[in-house]
Amino acid sequence: MHIMEGFLPSPWWEIWFVISAPFLIVGLIQLKRLFAEHRDSIPLLAVAGAFIFVLSSLKLPSVTGSCSHPTGTGLSAILFGPFITSILGLIVLLYQALFLAHGGLTTLGANVFSMGIAGPLVAWGIYQAGNRTGLNTYVTVFLAAALADLFTYVVTSFQLALAFPSATGGIFGSFLAFGAIFALTQIPLAIVEGVIIALVFKYIVALRPDVLVNIRVLTQEQVDRLRGSSS
Amino acid sequence: MKYKGEIIAIIVIAVFVGLFLYENAIIQQQGAEEAWGGADSRAAEIIESEGYEPWYSPIWEPPSGEIETLFFSLQAAIGAVIIGYFFGYWRGIQKAQKQ
Repeated sequence: MHIMEGFLPSPWWEIWFVISAPFLIVGLIQLKRLFAEHRDSIPLLAVAGAFIFVLSSLKLPSVTGSCSHPTGTGLSAILFGPFITSILGLIVLLYQALFLAHGGLTTLGANVFSMGIAGPLVAWGIYQAGNRTGLNTYVTVFLAAALADLFTYVVTSFQLALAFPSATGGIFGSFLAFGAIFALTQIPLAIVEGVIIALVFKYIVALRPDVLVNIRVLTQEQVDRLRGSSS
Repeated sequence: MKYKGEIIAIIVIAVFVGLFLYENAIIQQQGAEEAWGGADSRAAEIIESEGYEPWYSPIWEPPSGEIETLFFSLQAAIGAVIIGYFFGYWRGIQKAQKQ
């Protein structure tokens, strides 16, 4: 989903920095509160961040004959919400921009928005909705993680389309062209990511259900039901 | 079903690998040389083909593909160590509590 260094002309790269900044600020405030109130959830935060590190380093081939990578942001968004996830996304994107020349410093605002904010917002929304309607928890997690991944690339296509509207089709025509490259490549990867995150969620429910209850991801009854059915 | 999640994951990954092998076989027969490049660079090609010149370039680039791979592996390794450490730690706690 990286928009490469220098590939967003002014004013677009500035605009995306301005849009991303408030999310990062709220993220820092929430992070500070998490550290103060729920110290037992810090290892879980580290694990969620580590999943973004691992999954976004895996360049996988896809059906369209090109390669792309999952984002891994779904887990963190489900557990800690989209604001804290935007900080984790920023860390990973900085690593890749500085050491790998993937993405870039000028396009960081746009990349943080697509991977760290837009995707996680979708994941968080789907999880909250699914959790309230009583949909199977693992199906909910799968949908949240897979659609967060896919939506990240839809947003990247949209960001590029805004900056480079096509001469004939305008912004929408250009969006379809970029979408055909990014979003289409991403569909199989999103499915794989969703399944993996759902499996990881199962392990977290098995090992640290107390933390999930503390940070209000699941209620105690849900935990009991999930653990009852899997053992 | 204790291992339902694991079984589903294995099936999905197997289908994914199968699709790749099938696709790759077709591409290799056609002799396409630019197959399996990054989606990012493919988008960049479209943009550049319309005459756009990137206005800024990375301050540092990995000097070779090997060194790029090094940093990608390092990224995955950092993440994997953290995941392995905490899952192992939690398992240990759980075992100790059961005893």
